[in-house]
Amino acid sequence: MFLILSKEILSPTITKYVIKAPYIAKKRKAGNFVMLRIIENGERIPITIVDSDLSAGTITLIVQAIGKTTKLLATKKVGEAILDVVGPLGVPTPIEFHGDVVCIGGGVGTAEVYPIARALKDAGNTIYSIVGARSKDLIILENEMSKLSKQSYVTTDDGSYGRKGIVTDQLKDILDSNKNIKAVYAIGPLPMMKAVSNLTKTYGVKTLVSLNAIMVDGTGMCGGCRVSIGGQMKFACVDGPEFDAHLVDFDELIMRNRTYIDLEKISDERCKRIEMADAVGGGR
Amino acid sequence: MNTVNPMKPSERMKLPRQASIEQIPEERNKNFLEVSSGLDEERALIEAKRCLECKNPVCIEGCPVTIDIRTFIQLIYQKDYIGAVNKIREANYLPAICGRVCPQETQCEIVCTLGKKHEPVAIGKLERFVADYEMARNLFVAPVITEHRDQKVAIVGSGPAGLTCAAELAKLGYKVTVFEALHAVGGVLRYGIPEFRLPRTILDLETDRIKSLGVEIYTNFVIGRTATIDELFNEWGFGAIFLGTGAGTPTFMGIPGESLSGVYSANEYLTRINLMKAYQFPEYDTPIKVGKEIAVIGGGNTAMDAVRTSLRLGARKAYLIYRRSRKEMPAREEEVHHAEEEGVEFVMLTNPVRIIGDANGWVTGIECQKMELGEPDESGRRKPIPIKGSEYVIPVQTVIEAVGQKPNPIIQSTTSGLDVSKRGTVVVNDAQMTSREGIFAGGDLARGGATVILAMRDGKIAAGNIHKYLLSKLDGKGNSKLNVDVKQEIKSI
Ligand SMILES: Cc1cc2nc3c(=O)[nH]c(=O)nc-3n(C[C@H](O)[C@H](O)[C@H](O)COP(=O)(O)OP(=O)(O)OC[C@H]3O[C@@H](n4cnc5c(N)ncnc54)[C@H](O)[C@@H]3O)c2cc1C
Ligand SMILES: Cc1cc2nc3c(=O)[nH]c(=O)nc-3n(C[C@H](O)[C@H](O)[C@H](O)COP(=O)(O)OP(=O)(O)OC[C@H]3O[C@@H](n4cnc5c(N)ncnc54)[C@H](O)[C@@H]3O)c2cc1C
Ligand code: SF4
Ligand code: FES
Repeated sequence: MFLILSKEILSPTITKYVIKAPYIAKKRKAGNFVMLRIIENGERIPITIVDSDLSAGTITLIVQAIGKTTKLLATKKVGEAILDVVGPLGVPTPIEFHGDVVCIGGGVGTAEVYPIARALKDAGNTIYSIVGARSKDLIILENEMSKLSKQSYVTTDDGSYGRKGIVTDQLKDILDSNKNIKAVYAIGPLPMMKAVSNLTKTYGVKTLVSLNAIMVDGTGMCGGCRVSIGGQMKFACVDGPEFDAHLVDFDELIMRNRTYIDLEKISDERCKRIEMADAVGGGR
Repeated sequence: MNTVNPMKPSERMKLPRQASIEQIPEERNKNFLEVSSGLDEERALIEAKRCLECKNPVCIEGCPVTIDIRTFIQLIYQKDYIGAVNKIREANYLPAICGRVCPQETQCEIVCTLGKKHEPVAIGKLERFVADYEMARNLFVAPVITEHRDQKVAIVGSGPAGLTCAAELAKLGYKVTVFEALHAVGGVLRYGIPEFRLPRTILDLETDRIKSLGVEIYTNFVIGRTATIDELFNEWGFGAIFLGTGAGTPTFMGIPGESLSGVYSANEYLTRINLMKAYQFPEYDTPIKVGKEIAVIGGGNTAMDAVRTSLRLGARKAYLIYRRSRKEMPAREEEVHHAEEEGVEFVMLTNPVRIIGDANGWVTGIECQKMELGEPDESGRRKPIPIKGSEYVIPVQTVIEAVGQKPNPIIQSTTSGLDVSKRGTVVVNDAQMTSREGIFAGGDLARGGATVILAMRDGKIAAGNIHKYLLSKLDGKGNSKLNVDVKQEIKSI
């Protein structure tokens, strides 16, 4: 059992959790994730470790409530526990000195790119950051990102905050004005990462993305998370989750991630019905 | 050698081999209840009478852990069922499991003297009978541990190899800790073999028994990630380590179309269903997609389990595609027979060449090529050769590949000094010792895909040799020369 020690609402759907997990805290590096299962009949889902505190023995997760499991997590209170947390999994992000680097976070992907940006900064890189989201209330970690960046930008699709438009508009401006950008790290929804990748390919700038394939075990045991990288089959959980964007077959992954869409809806509806019943039933 | 049955051999031979009580195929292929409920007492007693009590009990040589088969059958004849199960347990710690999943037809029963002219004694069913008898009446008595030792041993992986090694070492008085990557214990017995062959209550019971020996089990703990082998030695103070991490990484055929939705490795398919209980969706959250028509590729136990599971999840047509002929299939004979009874369609001498999909990325069919058998290859089996122009398409919405597994490399790649073979297996000697001091290994990790009983055998042999190794590390005063007094580790799990 893994205790939730604190909880902070970052946006209407995004919450930050600090969880007691001393062994994981000790080993975790930027780019690692955990698999978690909240209750006995729950699913195992991957979540990036945003931060860790060695002396407190804790890890920090930032999770957007979008479906059954993540919404259930949001109902957990401080002092309650998550049944299973396992990690740290995945290959840590290769942290090198490049010089000037752009770090892009789309939606909750900002939570995933933030630890990488910090590690890159610690390695001596100069960080330019773009935080993007559909609208203002979905922007997270804006201050944290701006603190470690030489320049930071915010974009929203609807223009409710920052620059109106998508992250690639801002990225293009940066690449046009700064010829010294040596690498781009982008994490967010697949269409966003695909767009970033297409853009940086034309500039010949090395780009890393983190692939959110559907996972079961997260340890290389099932092959469900397989992705095509330069025409070769790789398992995102053990060979990744980060890959050279220019080699990723994004369209294939976008299709694979739709595999369970109808069943996910059933789960989500069921989750809502149970919540409603709980609300109506009161104390039970 | 004593005999207990006064019947003449000719009388014994007249008795027919007793059959298990089974659910009828048309019903069981719709549920996950155990297919077979084994022999009842009456049938078990008749079966025990069939044993010839041979002077040279060759069955024992056929058993990978040399269970004293002759004696345990005599004990059944004398209605001392608990004596019988304890006799088995001297050699095999998990009789209820082995009685269900061992390939007896290629081990003890194939060599059984009675089998030369008649059907062999149903040794496996008798083993299961006494184990079930003990379980149903709650008559298990845990062994008494007489000596306690200070040295600590770590077991990595909680499959049959790891669990057996843990139990044996705990009985010798060691402090044993098992580390398991998944959230549940049992390895393939948990995530691979379906409930209709091995009810999980049995696995839970065996796990509890092992815990009652004082064995500590940490789930959600991936060695190589959550802690490394070196940390287990240097920070946790383990004197020896047994690796029983199995062969859990699936291989794919490498044919076009494998990334389509609806294509699974058998491991993913069975893990979703058995470990995550996707067959109870939406009560359980993990989803699974099973088409009305499905195809499983392969001829082993894994393929058989996947295809029979598919029928239970509503597939109307379930094809088993195998490139050799039926008699070359490595699966247990009983399971092939059960699959056939349940309505699986065997497509033999056929090799898939391509999986076909629609515009949305969903499987719609599998293109296959017919094969013919040529000359025998290195394995002595006749090599299948494709017949040109024989390609045809079987319409299916789900394809499950059960074409082999290899060891997960996480530990091997994070541990120095461990020799690994070209096939990815960890190299061991007869004592199950690896190339690195203090590390032992066994089961599928050392063998590639093998069997439950061989994994248990390795675990047991390793335990004996770990004992010897740790004794050799004691000084004259009985204190360990290994680094055991280290700081207390943070414990939170
Ligand atoms: C390596 C990695 C790191 C991630 N890190 C974060 C993070 O830090 N914060 C965060 O909010 N989200 C993260 N995600 C995404 C997160 O795993 C999904 O949002 C979550 O699984 C959704 O589950 P659900 O039951 O709530 O929603 P569902 O309704 O079941 O699914 C919604 C969508 O999430 C995806 N998904 C569903 N099940 C899985 C699964 N078992 N594995 C992977 N994806 C799945 C699918 O694309 C699906 O369409 C990460 C994903 C990966 C692969
Ligand atoms: C579907 C299927 C059906 C089968 N049917 C039969 C049958 O009928 N009869 C038979 O005799 N054999 C059968 N087999 C084969 C048999 O199950 C295996 O040979 C046997 O389970 C091997 O045991 P093991 O202990 O070596 O490994 P496993 O059972 O594979 O257990 C290994 C365990 O180690 C864990 N692990 C892996 N890496 C780590 C790590 N880094 N840290 C911590 N833990 C880790 C895994 O999660 C797993 O729980 C079948 C196999 C499959 C897949
Ligand atoms: S070989 Fe067969 S008949 Fe002979 S002792 Fe063994 S089980 Fe009995
Ligand atoms: S999640 Fe199973 S192999 Fe990656």
